Amino acid sequence: MDIPGLYNYWIVIVLMMTGFYIVIARGNLIKKIVGLNIFQTSVFILYISMGKVDGGTAPIIAEGVERYSNPLPHVLILTAIVVGIATTALGLALIVRIRAAYGTIEEDEIHAQNTMKDADG
Amino acid sequence: MALGILHMRNLFAVVMLSGIYSLISAGLFVTMDAVDVAFTEAAVGGGIATVLMLGTLALTTTREKFVKSDLQIVPLVIVIATGALLIYATFDMPSFGDPAAPIHHHVVPRYIEEGPVRTGIPNVVTFVLASYRGYDTMGELTVIFTAGVGVMLLLALAGRRRDD
Repeated sequence: MDIPGLYNYWIVIVLMMTGFYIVIARGNLIKKIVGLNIFQTSVFILYISMGKVDGGTAPIIAEGVERYSNPLPHVLILTAIVVGIATTALGLALIVRIRAAYGTIEEDEIHAQNTMKDADG
Repeated sequence: MALGILHMRNLFAVVMLSGIYSLISAGLFVTMDAVDVAFTEAAVGGGIATVLMLGTLALTTTREKFVKSDLQIVPLVIVIATGALLIYATFDMPSFGDPAAPIHHHVVPRYIEEGPVRTGIPNVVTFVLASYRGYDTMGELTVIFTAGVGVMLLLALAGRRRDD
């Protein structure tokens, strides 16, 4: 077990937990989306850091280069980035819609309006 | 660079910071040899996402409601517990940059050796994405299309409601 060699995972975990905390602890919906993005990027960093090889270069085949970093995580993450922006866009559109319906983007105020509506019957 | 991100984590009250964060992570990807990913992250994460968020801010509100206590106990406990579990899980992982890690030894050498010969493209990421995983990329387009349709429907609904 090589503890110092694991620092990349720990950076990822700190970032991931920061994003997670924002998502569950903050009431503002836009802030939640930013937190989700941070979470997402930490996963990207996790994959890319697993693909890195010591002494390797970018995986573009050239003469005189023997060692390349692993290209497969890069391919996966390219897809993931694009899917991520799609979910972000959809989430932001939902926020605009919620704002139009409720006049607020704070979770607790939306909740209060809902319970008030329920109480009115 | 990682330290820069660590410093930033307490400050992102603003969308701009998330754009800067995306750019820094794109820089991180370059140092970890993932140039194609870095391009995409800088363009999509730093560019499009920031523009979309600014648009949303313009359509909704730029101020967050004032919260009394900044630190909430229950979420913090959950987050620390999850983080501790994840750190415990990393003790079984191969260390950073280790060429002997299992991830580098299954199909990857074959892609690197045979791929350029078969496809004639020197960039491994490009030919895996386009030549080996063409259907995957087409599915990705479907996802974007669906998201675009969803966004248009939602915004059209919001606009109609305001007109009434």
